[in-house]
Formats: sequence, structure tokens, C-alpha cells
Amino acid sequence: MNYPEELFYSASHEWVKTEGDCVWIGITDFAQDALGDLVYVNLPEVGDEVTAGEVFADVESVKAVSDIYSPVTGTVAEINEDLLDAPETINQSPYEAWFVKIEGVTDQEELLSAGQYRAMAEEQAGGV
Amino acid sequence: MKLIFERGAAGRGCSILPACDVPEVGLRAGKRERELRLPSLSETEINRHYSELEQQVYGVNSGFYPLGSCTMKYNPKINEAAASLPGFAGLHPLQPEHTAQGALELLAGAEKALCEITGMDRMSFQPAAGAHGEFTGLLLIKAYHKKRGEGEKRTKILVPDSAHGTNPASAAMAGFTVVNIPSGPDGCVDLSKLREAAGEDTAGLMLTNPNTVGLFDRNILEITGIVHEAGGLCYYDGANLNAVMGIVRPGDMGFDVVHLNLHKTFSTPHGGGGPGSGPVGCKGFLAPFLPGEMAAEREDGSYGFEIPPETVGAVRSFCGNFLVVVKAYAYILSLGADGIPEAAENAVLNANYMKKKLEKAYRMAYPGTCMHEFVMDLSELKERTGVSALDIAKGLLDGGVHPPTMYFPLIVHEALMFEPTETESRETLDGAAELLLELFRKAQEKPEELHEAPQGAPVKRLDEVQAARKPVLRYSYDS
Repeated sequence: MNYPEELFYSASHEWVKTEGDCVWIGITDFAQDALGDLVYVNLPEVGDEVTAGEVFADVESVKAVSDIYSPVTGTVAEINEDLLDAPETINQSPYEAWFVKIEGVTDQEELLSAGQYRAMAEEQAGGV
Repeated sequence: MKLIFERGAAGRGCSILPACDVPEVGLRAGKRERELRLPSLSETEINRHYSELEQQVYGVNSGFYPLGSCTMKYNPKINEAAASLPGFAGLHPLQPEHTAQGALELLAGAEKALCEITGMDRMSFQPAAGAHGEFTGLLLIKAYHKKRGEGEKRTKILVPDSAHGTNPASAAMAGFTVVNIPSGPDGCVDLSKLREAAGEDTAGLMLTNPNTVGLFDRNILEITGIVHEAGGLCYYDGANLNAVMGIVRPGDMGFDVVHLNLHKTFSTPHGGGGPGSGPVGCKGFLAPFLPGEMAAEREDGSYGFEIPPETVGAVRSFCGNFLVVVKAYAYILSLGADGIPEAAENAVLNANYMKKKLEKAYRMAYPGTCMHEFVMDLSELKERTGVSALDIAKGLLDGGVHPPTMYFPLIVHEALMFEPTETESRETLDGAAELLLELFRKAQEKPEELHEAPQGAPVKRLDEVQAARKPVLRYSYDS
């Protein structure tokens, strides 16, 4: 499993990339592997408010439908429309397949470093 | 097999519908400009087409169907005969009460029997199936809080993470916010997490017991106590009642509202498009909110319909799917007070018998004895051999067994969930266990063969990903 050092991670398996005032959110390698082949992505609309710790999108794999939680509070500035037609790109390159770009971030969850997240993911993979 | 569009030939056809016996009236607008292109088949071809479809179907009548969480048991055909009696089947819901006394008495009798089994005081037969029952039960909880002036405050429904997906969906549909309660390592509700979550904003808790991993939550009295102490109500999802019917009652576990799946536990086939029946029962203090119409005995010994005084409103027309209630009542009366718990005991015994046999090879998600179903965790097998739960499920098809529930509950990775039910013989269980052990050996020796399974089924391995991503939902003619 690959967890890039420059990203931050949430306990609910989203990655966060920060550049200036903007934040990009996607799901981790661990998450895409656990979900299996993704077949559908439901994204918010540009201008929607997202809240740290609350659901902002959902994905459907051959196994299940899962909610995606926002690690930050802010406004959706852009969505990755390519994912709607090609959800498989999340399986292929999870760290390029960003879901949304958030601006005007006012709050964020406590996030994990790559090392901390790796430790947590490995523990989850090992047990039930 | 061929699709119906690939059969027949132009000019062929048959007249199986009677001639139109009312005047034809032309439409002013929206008229089709071209003839609809429908397949042209003779009656022989139509019959063969549907016979061939029928032969591809696998049901409980064909063989073992251990679909976990679904209770795919054999439903005695005599109960179908009871429901087909013209006095029941030919009833019109608007005919005068005095002409339907037998049917009303049956509804009252079925209500009494099911209230006895669940420990509830009243039960409405309006909801048409399980999730509909959940929704109705939540409306009762909502009406209760509203009446007490706490409707604005109590907005949250607590749902364990092992719950059926319908629980959070029903709660959201009833306008509640869902709070997920994690399971502990033992597969049961984490009490400390429940205590943290329960509070002044709690409207209620939804719980299945035995739960979705086939375990009876021993802390059930403490769980319902925590919720009641916080001012919430407790909702029992009756999906797994088959394991405990006649043994222990939800009402005695502290639940205030329940729904049952008559089309699972009480002799109506589950799946296949219905109709089902998901009656909702409740304790007396919630009964005024139940949806009508309810059958009740009057002082003079006759029966009539009543609508509860503070009803949440009708959730379906009349008294729901009446004929399913007929089957349930026939089933309850033929099994009786001894037969109902015996069925539950055998359901639990069969699950443990099969679990014990499979434990020799497969890793169980939760060791020890189970209730009516058990969950295997194939993540270790997958890591070691590359053979997944899906591959084993497909392998079962070649052995003539319907696969169990896969990848559910989500708290177990590579899950296979078996519910053998009480209506299977020891030989059937032995055969299925033998087949599973053989598949386990095959996973070590010839994993590639399992990736290719099934080979003997009407269709081979389907590309589920492609089917979900790019579904073809319409037939396209070549010319």
C-alpha cells in the first residue's frame, strides 16, 4: 500500500492535500483496495458547504455503497467530473483521483501523518 | 439461452388475448408514429422460452440455499393452499364487515399469536415488508416524542455498524439523523460507545438480536436500559427472529417496537418479488399511534375494523398483504406452542453443526457457538492463495449449492455468511460442508480453477464490474 508522505489522512480513509488556501480530498489506497472495483461516484455540487466529520460524497463498489466524509469545513470550489464517467481511476491512481477542491476552510479534523495512517491501516487490515 | 428478441420470425404470432369487448377510442395526442418492434413468436416458442427461463431458476425447491440473513427456509405448500381458499383469495377490501367475519377473526388471531411471540401488545399488518415496517416503527417513535413535546429535541437514531443497511436508510427516510455505534471485538454492541452516544437528543435505538454476525447480544438488557434511561425508545428489527421465536421475546428484552418479516420467518417465500408482509408490533403505550385498519373483536363477539385514535396515518391500503398473514397464521397454528421454539432450536443447531464442520479449515469471524447463522472470514485464505470469498461462492455454484451471502456484514472482510435454517436435513448439511472443504483444498492446490468458476452454471463468470459500470439495459436489433 502506498501512502505519500506529503499528504495528510483521516481515520475514515480520506486523504487531504493542502496548497495555499485550497484543499483537495480523495480516498486512500487502503480504502480503494478494501472497497474493491468502484462503479459509481456521487459528488456534491460546486458551491455546496461541507462540514468536517460529515458526509459529502458516496461511492459504490461491487461490494457496497460507502459514505465519504469531509475532513474539513469549507465550500466546494471544484469537483472532479472525470470521476463520474470513470470511477475506475480511483482504483488505478487513488492519489490523483481527487473528489473535490475545497476553499474557505474554517475548520478541520485532527489529521494523521502518512506514518500514523499506515500504522492504523495495517492494524485494520490484520484484524476484523 | 436466447433472448426473446432473438426468437421467432417476422409474420409469426398467436392470439392469446381475447378480443376487445369495449369500444375503441382514438387518442388525440401522443400516438406512436411507427409500429412498435416487438418479437413475433408462435405460442410454442413463447412456451419454450418461459420454460427455459424457469429451468434456469434456482430456488429452495431446487436445493440448498443458505443465504445468510435471509432465512431461505422451506415454506410448507399447505399454507399456500390455505391462502388460496376462495373465501380468502376472493375477498374485496371494501365488502361489508359482516360478510368477512372469518377474515377479520383471522387477522385478530394472527395479531394475538404474533404479539405473544414478540411480547408486544398490539400489531398492525399494514406494512408490506421489512424496511416498510422499520419506517412505520420509526414513525411511531417520532409520534411518541412529538406528543411529549420532545419531537424537536430527539432527532437521533442509534444504529450499530453491523446493522442491515435498511436500518440507517429507514431512519433517514423518517427524518432522523443516524448515529453509528461501533461493535466491540466480540461482534456485539460496544457498551461504552453506546453510553457516549445516548443522550437528550436520542430518539431511539435500532437493533437486530441475534445480530448480523449470528450472535445473541448478551448485554441486551443493559443496552435497552441505557437507551431508556436517556429517554429513547428501542426498536427491534425482527429479521433474525427465526433464531429465537418461542424462546425469548423482544418485549422481554426491553424493546418497545418490533417489525417481523412474515415472508421469512412465517412461511411466505422470501425474495422473488413478493408480496411480503412486515407487521409492526408495539407496547401498549405506542398502540394509539399504529397505522389502521386494525381488526378487533367487539363486545357482541363480532369483528370489525378500528383505526387507532392518534394514528400516524395509513402506510398502505386497507390491512396490508392479507394473504401473507393467512399463511403465517396457518404456519403458527400448525406448529403450535411446541413447534415454534423447536423450529428455532433446529435453526440454531443446524448452523452450529455446519459451523463446527467448517471450522476445521475455514477461519470463523467469531469463534464459539452461534445462533442461526455464522460468518466466515476468508481474508487469510485470500492473502495466502489469492482465492477470495467471491471465488468460493462461484465454486459452490458448480457443486449445485446456492452461495451464501457475500461481503456482508461490512465489519468482516471477505465475509461469507451462512444461514442453513431448520428445514434442511443432516445429509444436505453434510454435503454442503463436504463441498466447502473440497473448495478449501482446491484453493491451495488449484486456485486458478476457482478464479474461473463456475463452469457448469448457465452462465460462466460474469464481469460484475463492467455490468455495474456500463450496464446494457436495452436490446438493440442488428438490423
